Amino acid sequence: MAQIETFYDVMRRQGITRRSFMKYCSLTASALGLGPAFVPKIAHAMETKPRTPVIWINGLECTCCSESFIRGAHPLAKDVVLSMISLDYSHVLMAAAGKHALDAMEEAIDAHRGNYILAVEGNPPLNEDGMFCFQGGKPFVEKLRHVAKDAKAIISWGSCASYGCVQAAAPNPTRATPVHKVITDKPIIKVPGCPPIAEVMTGVITYMLTFDRLPPLDRQGRPAMFYSQRIHDKCYRRPHFDAGQFVEQWDDDYARKGYCLYKVGCKGPTTYNACSTVRWNEGVSFPIQSGHGCIGCSEDGFWDQGSFYDRLTTIRQFGVEATADQIGLAATGVVGAGIAAHIAASALKRAQKKTDDNRSKEEV
Amino acid sequence: MTDFRTDTPIHIPNPDAPTPLEAARLTGGARPEDIESLRLQAAIYVYEAPVRIWHWVNAATITVLIITGYLIGSPPPTMEIAEATDQFLFGYIRFAHFAAGMILTVAFAARIYWAFVGNRHARQLFYIPFWRVRWWKELIFEARWYAFLEAEPKKYIGHNPLAHFAMFTFITLGMTFMIITGFALYAEGAGQDSIYYALFGWVIEMVSNTQRLHTLHHLGMWAITIFAIIHIYAALREDIMSRQSMLTTIVSGWRTFKDNRVE
Repeated sequence: MAQIETFYDVMRRQGITRRSFMKYCSLTASALGLGPAFVPKIAHAMETKPRTPVIWINGLECTCCSESFIRGAHPLAKDVVLSMISLDYSHVLMAAAGKHALDAMEEAIDAHRGNYILAVEGNPPLNEDGMFCFQGGKPFVEKLRHVAKDAKAIISWGSCASYGCVQAAAPNPTRATPVHKVITDKPIIKVPGCPPIAEVMTGVITYMLTFDRLPPLDRQGRPAMFYSQRIHDKCYRRPHFDAGQFVEQWDDDYARKGYCLYKVGCKGPTTYNACSTVRWNEGVSFPIQSGHGCIGCSEDGFWDQGSFYDRLTTIRQFGVEATADQIGLAATGVVGAGIAAHIAASALKRAQKKTDDNRSKEEV
Repeated sequence: MTDFRTDTPIHIPNPDAPTPLEAARLTGGARPEDIESLRLQAAIYVYEAPVRIWHWVNAATITVLIITGYLIGSPPPTMEIAEATDQFLFGYIRFAHFAAGMILTVAFAARIYWAFVGNRHARQLFYIPFWRVRWWKELIFEARWYAFLEAEPKKYIGHNPLAHFAMFTFITLGMTFMIITGFALYAEGAGQDSIYYALFGWVIEMVSNTQRLHTLHHLGMWAITIFAIIHIYAALREDIMSRQSMLTTIVSGWRTFKDNRVE
């Protein structure tokens, strides 16, 4: 196999000027929260390092991660990002299909054994021996295990691969299982979100490329630079939260004034992602800015936390569907009624005892 | 008229002092039958000052925590007193919750310390004699008393087994749960560089999605609310119907008994 081109070679070949290339490097440096001193380092890395081979496989998913990824915001994204990595297999994006595509995958595994990054979009369903997701005549879980065996590291793209997402929502009929519960012997970076932000996806790859190591991860295995703070912590509507100024219902005056969406179910306070800083679609907006609460799409089990429009989670245990408040109030009511009855019974018992005592005294 | 021996306790009939409490008799407050009743009185110092102070600090902070905690889950209606910059209503509600939580935690730590240095009653809260069959039998006896199946409760100096069980479950275990989940939620706001995250981040890791943690903490609030209702009712009822004092004991620390029978 021929020497793999460097990133810079690929960019120049595609007609990108050096000026644009340097712009890309500085944008990437700032996206990663690195100082200006890192711009030449990123440029150097991209000029000299061979592109990182990536095998991108898709399990049970909706392809929103791929869709997000190919919309990387800054001008170079559509040219660069796809060339930045040596994307050796991606059945969504590659021209080949069927046998040729699978051959390309095997070839890539052989050529870069132990050096390629495995990007997993979606997850394997494990019920019925994995029959719910079938590719190339085999259950997807087998493909995942096969490709993961020789991977250097795994990127779990999106909430499907990271946590399970909608297909793992209760009762999870196919037993859709996140990647880290199937592959346990490889470093795994979770990049949750439904989908993840394009700049977050490219940022993670750029970091790994520049520094030749995994980005610093938080306790849940997510890149700390994008997932260490909540939407709530950087929300521009936060002053209205602290003031106690909430949207009471959709389309009320408070909604028009842009008050906090906490009462209409915004999950910003429990969602770790970069939406309120990086934003979406070239930094145009993000859900809260568009007037809709965060649904918490980058969190574990976000489909099972009740309605997107309720602050308090609906609890579904023992066949009841109620919020903590409804359960608590009902229990308090029962206890209160029980106590009232107990007071009455105690008083009666006492009165009865007194009568008995008096009678026995009289008898004496 | 106080020429008789005054060093003999009032509980012992004293022919030298056939009419004790002379001053009280002047007010009509000490009739012979009152003196007889007084002779039955025995008192024991149970709850030392730190335990009593802790109890009332707990009562106050838990009240604040329940009210503000409920409001954090279901905020009051939007108020437009001033520009958002100058208005901090929800911020103050949350501040009150956090401040009360901090005080409750420090008080609980002090209470644990007192379990080591205080009297033996100060330790009762922190363990239950789980393997003692007799203890469970007495617990059932006490439950039967509450179910009107026993004519008379037994006398206890500390908590009776049923109360002991409730205290241990709701205060020792329940409050620990609320402190841990509460600090984990606080760590979210304090940030991942904070000491709170270093100490309680493992809780966040366990629940994975902190919305679940909010729900658990919220259910805990209701458990403690229900405990508080039962606790207040049981204390009032015991004060009236049991054979020993209740309400005054947590104020003065002294437990008194209404009869002098040995069992």
